[in-house]
Formats: sequence, C-alpha cells, structure tokens
Amino acid sequence: MTSPQPRVGVLRFPGACDDRDALWALAALDAEAVFVWHTETELPDLDAVVLPGGFSYGDYLRCGAIARFASAMESVVEFARAGGLVLGICNGFQILCEAGLLPGVLRRNESLTFVCRDVPLVVERTDTPFTARCDQGQTLTIPVKHGEGNWYVDDHGYAELEARRQVVLRYAEPVNGSLNDVAGVVNERGNVMGLMPHPEHAVDPLLGSADGALILSSLVESARERYLITV
Amino acid sequence: MLVRPKQGILDPQGQAVEASLRRLGFAVDGARIGRVVDLEVDAADAASAHAQVERMCEQLLANPLIESYEIELAEPPT
Repeated sequence: MTSPQPRVGVLRFPGACDDRDALWALAALDAEAVFVWHTETELPDLDAVVLPGGFSYGDYLRCGAIARFASAMESVVEFARAGGLVLGICNGFQILCEAGLLPGVLRRNESLTFVCRDVPLVVERTDTPFTARCDQGQTLTIPVKHGEGNWYVDDHGYAELEARRQVVLRYAEPVNGSLNDVAGVVNERGNVMGLMPHPEHAVDPLLGSADGALILSSLVESARERYLITV
Repeated sequence: MLVRPKQGILDPQGQAVEASLRRLGFAVDGARIGRVVDLEVDAADAASAHAQVERMCEQLLANPLIESYEIELAEPPT
C-alpha cells in the first residue's frame, strides 16, 4: 500500500507567478497539491498551505500589503493560529510578515537592484517541519529572485528572535542587505515559515540544484504525519 | 497623508538620490523618500476624518515597523 498523500493548498493571488511551479514541485514530492483561489472564504480540508512567490496585486503600496487582506488569507491566518503548517515563499514570506504571522518586514534590496541568482544558504535549524530533512549547518543552493528581500526587525525584536531560535536559514554571503543575512524565519510556535529563496525552483538537478526539495519534502512529510494523526 | 521611513531606518532609495544630487553639485546632506496618499474621506467633521485616516494608516497605509506617518487635513470641497 502506498503511503497516503497529504493535501497541500497553494494560494493563488492575482499577480502570483510561481504558483504553478509550487504546485508541480509539491506534486512531484508526493503531495496532493491543490490551488486555492484568493477569493475563497473557506479553505478546503488541507494538511498544509503554501503561499507562492510572485507580485500579488502588483506589489502596490508595499509587497504583500494588499494580499494580506484577501479573503482566503483570513482563513490562512485562522489555519495558522490553529497550528496548521504554512510556508510562504518570497512574496508569500512578505505576505506573512504583513499579516503579522511572521516577525519583521522585507524592504527594498540594499543595492536597489533585483537579485536573481543561485545563493548558498546555511541551515540553522533542523527541528522544524520545514527543514527536518536537512542537516544542521548544511549549505543549500537555492535561487532567489526578488527586489524586496532585505529583511529587517528592530534590535529588541531581533534579540527575542535569536533567543527563541526563530532564524532557520541564513545567506552564506551578502545577497540583499538582510539583517544578519537572515533568509528564512519561523514563528514562535514553529508552524509558520517564510523564506525569500525559491525551493520550488530547485527540485531537480536539471534546474541547477535539487536542494529546494529538501525543504518542500520536509513540509510534505510533516503534513503527512499530521494527516495520519487525524485519520 | 504622508508616509516616510522612520528615523534610523536604512533608506537605500534616499541614499541613491542623495548621491545623485551630490554628483550634480548640490550640497545635500541627507535625502529620505516617502510617499503621499491623497484621500477623499466622507466624515462629519475634521476630528472624525482624522480618526478614520489614522485607522487606515495603522491597518494598511503604513508599516509601523519601518514607517512613520503624518496626517494633514485639507478644507472640504465646497
């Protein structure tokens, strides 16, 4: 008997562009991946939610500021507050910060230029549902492509974050001016993560790297465990 | 209303503009770039208009982590 597939929802906002890649990658990693349209007022029965990259609502005002108020996002906030697994990639990370589910804010890159390249990332934690398949201190190669990835939080906020070990991924080299090279963080509870790099673009060696599959398959596996508990 | 980067928050756009102004020969000492949002608000009086716009700023128009805002009320159209 094959193991059951967890169902992972990929939110689609107007202006998203990585939703298909995310759906494809999750399906390739043995999840039942389904799209959720941004106007939905209720989420279908899901074991995890992915907010994909892109430029929701044209990045108007601030990145993620408008998407945060999409009706489907209200359900995602409830889902997250109930302990559901939520992964935000790039624009998805920006949305989670704007929604207050993750700490900090993503500002314009220090260089003022769009960065689009493979970057080395150091795994700071493996005891999260999103990095369980990685090794502590492992360096992953995953592409970034963003103009606003310069993560920031004030000194007090950062000290709290460090004390709670909420930094999960760090750039191994300067990329966008991000405070202390933070590339990905989790919430205090550990069920919501955001990262600027795009694991869904790095799930096959043909794409230059398959390291992104470690993140997404960690998520799929964690979702599967949760699914099995509820069955 | 006027949104601008908080004091002490890095403003790379402002820095780029400052550098360009200097290259043009202007003795500029600091440039910060914000944004203006003109709103037409239905309100009984100035105080309630101000209160409404303040709520808009808190909820959407500014990100309090990195931005401060100022509200300026114009005369209602006659």
